Amino acid sequence: MSMLAEKIWAERQGAPVLNGVSYEFRMNRFYGIIGPNGVGKSTLLHILSGVDAPSRGVVSLDGQPISDIAGKTLARRLAVLQQGGLPAVGFSVREVVAMGRFPHQNWLGGEASDPEPIIEEALSVMGLAELQNRKLHQLSGGERQRVALAKLMVQQPDILLLDEPTTYLDIGYQIGLLDTVRAWQQEKGLLVIAVLHDLNLAAMYADELIALHKGSIAAAGTPEEVMDPLIIEDMYGTRTIMIKHPVSGAPQLMLQPGARSGHTDRRV
Amino acid sequence: MLLLAVSMIASLSIGSAGLSFLDVWGILLGQLTGMPEGAEWTAGEIAVVTQVRLSRVLLDILVGACLALAGAGFQGVLRNPLADPYTLGVASGSSVGAAAIILFGLQLALGLWTIPLVAFGTGIVTLLGVIWLSRSRGVMQIETLILSGVIIQSFLGAFVSLMVSMSEGVVNQILFWIMGSLAMKSWEHVYMLVPFVCVAMPVLLAYSQALNLFSLGERHAANLGVRVERTKLVVMIMSTLLTAAAVSVSGVIGFVGLVVPHLIRLIVGPDYRLIIPISAIGGGIFMLWADTLARNVLSPKELPLGVVTALIGAPFFAYLLHRKMKLEGGVGG
Repeated sequence: MSMLAEKIWAERQGAPVLNGVSYEFRMNRFYGIIGPNGVGKSTLLHILSGVDAPSRGVVSLDGQPISDIAGKTLARRLAVLQQGGLPAVGFSVREVVAMGRFPHQNWLGGEASDPEPIIEEALSVMGLAELQNRKLHQLSGGERQRVALAKLMVQQPDILLLDEPTTYLDIGYQIGLLDTVRAWQQEKGLLVIAVLHDLNLAAMYADELIALHKGSIAAAGTPEEVMDPLIIEDMYGTRTIMIKHPVSGAPQLMLQPGARSGHTDRRV
Repeated sequence: MLLLAVSMIASLSIGSAGLSFLDVWGILLGQLTGMPEGAEWTAGEIAVVTQVRLSRVLLDILVGACLALAGAGFQGVLRNPLADPYTLGVASGSSVGAAAIILFGLQLALGLWTIPLVAFGTGIVTLLGVIWLSRSRGVMQIETLILSGVIIQSFLGAFVSLMVSMSEGVVNQILFWIMGSLAMKSWEHVYMLVPFVCVAMPVLLAYSQALNLFSLGERHAANLGVRVERTKLVVMIMSTLLTAAAVSVSGVIGFVGLVVPHLIRLIVGPDYRLIIPISAIGGGIFMLWADTLARNVLSPKELPLGVVTALIGAPFFAYLLHRKMKLEGGVGG
């Protein structure tokens, strides 16, 4: 099973964002999409999720174009964690998590088997059992992000798309969230594609990094291959120092004040 | 449900004809069991109960249910607390049709049904116009939709005012229609509304879980497999049919469609699987009491129904809102 993006073109308000991006995503892998602001990372993720259509190109799941797969059928296989998380609605934690069962329900809202154990498990894995009757608008941003992830768990997908899941979270929540995702990914053999702003987090969790720059893939491969100071400087216009993580050995970037490179076209 | 039954019994029994509680129910039971010959009531009294009062009670309930259902539908799909059945200009469209008919004296051109039919038609055409205005590349933006509705509403409202000012002789008639009333209606009007409620309510219920997901945002809903554009279109069309049907029978009765779904939401929470059916019942009860007051307070003169709905609805709503804010420290979705 795999997900294939073929020559994806996309525009945003008339301006080209993606110029023929192609990539094959395989199951049981964690992909990190990195790149500067406004480069079309989220646009690519929206297209991979099947919600937005590319202006040209095809995304297919096992050879079948996702535009041909009906909404609920697709949602049983593919789940998305939206950028910005869940809004502060008046539903309780448990009600929102249970909404993840929607793609498994018939039009009367019934299911073939009782979903309660699935919901209970997701609540306990995410440490939400005690918060389950609280309303969403009474929770903090970090707690809401855990609710969003629990909702994805009960959706029971094979493919997980995460759009900047750690933005606005403190470092404790960032590590907690990505640890949970990775444990889940390894247990079920999921395909995870995450847009990540933080390059060091991306290098620690992803099996493969895809660097988007100027509408196409500037570099792709293992974190060691992509986290090359020259590639990073070319994309972000700043010189960095690469070191190895003392425990895991993952490549980690150190920033240098005043090290803006002269030869790029970036202006701040 | 129980409250609805109690309200029906009470409202049936209250009226200006001077019949007692026992008289009314004696007549009804006599009619139901088919033993009118042994009755001690006059034909006139029987007619008041079966022809006038019973049909009016049912019509109150149906119009209230239509407006509250439509309001719940529009609020769900537009995700805007200020949305009501008239937000997208349906009522203005209907009013233009009705006002034109009255102005040109064509009330009987197609028989008794001229005004309801024309009002219904122009209401639907207005919604189609609003949708057409706000559609770009097959996608309806909610903000554009609401704006288009507001623009069309003021544009058509100007037309109605123009017609009102042009028709000195029949000013009252147009204004009277717009203010809304359920007086002088018959069983035919009841029969006309029944199919709309019977079709729209199950459809809205089938989409109620999708509306719950909508409250998380359109993208969240789409990611869970909701067909966003189709859901918006179906819910809007159903809500519009309900609104146009209610308006064509009763004129523009405000407040019910806006406030009843909010009242229900304050009581049962944000789940549309509960809000939709309970709004229908609640709208029926609310309208029934409003109309019972409207026809009895200054009896035999009738108050405009829209005035009564606002007069009793607003304070009750303010009370519930205040209580909820004290309990939870905020309103929330």
